[in-house]
Amino acid sequence: MTPLFWLQIGVFCAIIIALVRPLGGYLMRVAAGERTLLTPVLGPLERGLYRLGGIDPNAEQSWLGYAIGMLVFKAAGFLLLYAILRLQTVLPLNPANQGAISPDLAFNTAVSFLTNTNWQSYSGETTMSLLSQMLGLTVQNFLSAAAGIAIAIAVIRGFARRSAQTIGNFWADLVRITLYVLLPICVVGALVLVWQGVPQTLAASAEATTLEGAKQVISLGPVASQEAIKILGTNGGGFFNVNSAHPFENPTVFTNFLQVIAIFALGAALTNTFGRMVRDERQGWAIFAAMGLLFLLGVVVLQWSEAHLNPALAGLHIDPALGNMEGKEVRFGIAQTSLFSTVTTDASCGAVDAMMESFLPLGGLVPLANMMLGEIIFGGVGSGLYGFLLFAIVAVFVAGLMVGRTPEYLGKKIEAKEVKLTMLAILILPLVMLGFTALAVVLPLATGSISAPGPHGFTEALYAYVSGAANNGSAFAGLNANTPFWNTTLGIDMIVGRFFVIIPALAIAGALAAKKTVPQSAGTFPTNGPLFVGLAIGVILIVGGLTFFPALALGPVVEHYALASGTLY
Amino acid sequence: MLRHIRPALVMLIGLSVITGLLYPLAITGIAQVAFPWQANGSLIVRDGRPVGSALIGQSFTGPRYFHPRPSATTEPDPKDASKTIPVPYAADNSAGSNLAPTAKALVDRVKGDAARLHAENPDMPIPGDLVTTSASGLDPDISPAAAMFQIPRVARARGMNEDTLRALVAAHTAPRLFGLFGEERVNVLELNLALDAAKP
Repeated sequence: MTPLFWLQIGVFCAIIIALVRPLGGYLMRVAAGERTLLTPVLGPLERGLYRLGGIDPNAEQSWLGYAIGMLVFKAAGFLLLYAILRLQTVLPLNPANQGAISPDLAFNTAVSFLTNTNWQSYSGETTMSLLSQMLGLTVQNFLSAAAGIAIAIAVIRGFARRSAQTIGNFWADLVRITLYVLLPICVVGALVLVWQGVPQTLAASAEATTLEGAKQVISLGPVASQEAIKILGTNGGGFFNVNSAHPFENPTVFTNFLQVIAIFALGAALTNTFGRMVRDERQGWAIFAAMGLLFLLGVVVLQWSEAHLNPALAGLHIDPALGNMEGKEVRFGIAQTSLFSTVTTDASCGAVDAMMESFLPLGGLVPLANMMLGEIIFGGVGSGLYGFLLFAIVAVFVAGLMVGRTPEYLGKKIEAKEVKLTMLAILILPLVMLGFTALAVVLPLATGSISAPGPHGFTEALYAYVSGAANNGSAFAGLNANTPFWNTTLGIDMIVGRFFVIIPALAIAGALAAKKTVPQSAGTFPTNGPLFVGLAIGVILIVGGLTFFPALALGPVVEHYALASGTLY
Repeated sequence: MLRHIRPALVMLIGLSVITGLLYPLAITGIAQVAFPWQANGSLIVRDGRPVGSALIGQSFTGPRYFHPRPSATTEPDPKDASKTIPVPYAADNSAGSNLAPTAKALVDRVKGDAARLHAENPDMPIPGDLVTTSASGLDPDISPAAAMFQIPRVARARGMNEDTLRALVAAHTAPRLFGLFGEERVNVLELNLALDAAKP
């Protein structure tokens, strides 16, 4: 742990903390339909969309209406994206003549971008036409992020309202978040990225003759516009195969730092939106603190692991000063790589600026564990907050059991129905993550895709299904996932991981909105102080630890000891 | 369900046009005017011809140039399109090695490279970046130590003074951002261009 590492983490935390209140307040005002600075410019667009769609933005929906609207929108989005991908050879804007996309890859990719996972079984620069990148993938980068935030806002309304039958209007939330939050930040962000060196052109490539006389074809495209929303919306699907490790997606240390800030910004701000909407900002800060402590734990372990030279390379006259540089970029080094890798798996972003497959075993365990906890350490935009609130319900339930009182959260009695729905959402994730992994490591149909022998191969498969169901999208990329088996099972994995959490979360919101608020008493467990922070972290770590420790022991932990004893595979 | 279909279609098509066409095309337009060099790939032109991108590494193998890091990129095999062959710094097919830390293939590769480098310059420990592949396979940079390590070889091949080369490397060493973020680094293509300019 060098002082420089701590300084970089310190500056990062300070910037995120400084963004929480202004951005959190802005999100609340946008969701409430209040006037903002941008209303004069974008208001006509917003109203035009309502008029064409026959939408009354003030007509609110029940939780079920909200959920069905969201599902119909997702189904339509799936069909459109699937069609664009399948038809890319006949559609315009395909200057590099990219070939056809197979049905299973198109299914996997459409599901992946729709669920904000952005798992990529393909390599961007050798698969996607420019139209597929723009009208297909960039669009779902925006819409899956906006839908995630919309759902979080609806869930917050459930906590904030009393004796109410509705939790908002999905269409109004979706449009407002897209137009007033995501789009303006992306316009500025994309231009900053271009300034730093990210290409933005409709040409697919440029050719150069190197100093030694070889021909080098350099892939280009409208990268910056997709990069901005990829990061801000915690999507993570790269324009290029190697994602934010590519010098054209992340050319400088400045862009790397900007990207980690943008990945956390909206997720962190939503904790404050929550606090404001339930009229006690400290409730939001308590959630922020729990998330922040879990983030620090991850980044410190990851940096400690990667700062070492791979012990298998000892005795080869290699200077250990740079640490484990296999699969890492020189400009970022260990500190910026550790920061990025932790942030991207805490938030369900999944962009990578290094190849996690080549991390040392305990370094690779950190991103895996971050995702296994359910993507609630700031998490995906929106999904992180409603995911955390599920754990908060478990935490107050546990506290209630300990003192023998009906648990309450924010003045709402938490009863059997809410706890059952919460457990459904929390338990479905390990079921698909571990279930599919178990299948994939024994079926001969699947094992051919696993590149690494030994325990690392198990981790490769585990990482894929954990990443899919957690809607993260990063990978141990040695896995060849572009086969019908992996594309299909990962597609199902992502759908279950998204919608089997969203629907219970919305149902809980509907149930809570309908309840009265009980007044605080001396026996109320305070959920805005350090005791709650500790209890929430404890619940998250115990649930995650008990569920996943056996799988982690078979993968990274075994590999760690194998490496220490000099075993190679 | 049915009453959701019209708003769903209008929102999907409307927002697709806004975020999937208007937004990227507007950014393209502004970028091409405001930052044309960056927007088109930061290409470096020498004698009227592009010799590479300032942001993308390229392969150097001769003793007269500073070498970049090993690269794991591949291209389709011209003899059999279903296979791939190693082509370092293939800038149309970015890739890392994705080798596990416990992979024999990794250790064997590093052993070979390390033996060659140690024979070339036995006076200095080998900087770690010179024997490891980057995440992108296109890393344009090496560490200052990795450049220093190669100075004796380049000096011999070009008949140049080692002190002159050390000064050249120092002049092309980019500092940490604000002295704090990231790592010090040397852009290999720019260093080699300066080398050609100093002594062709």
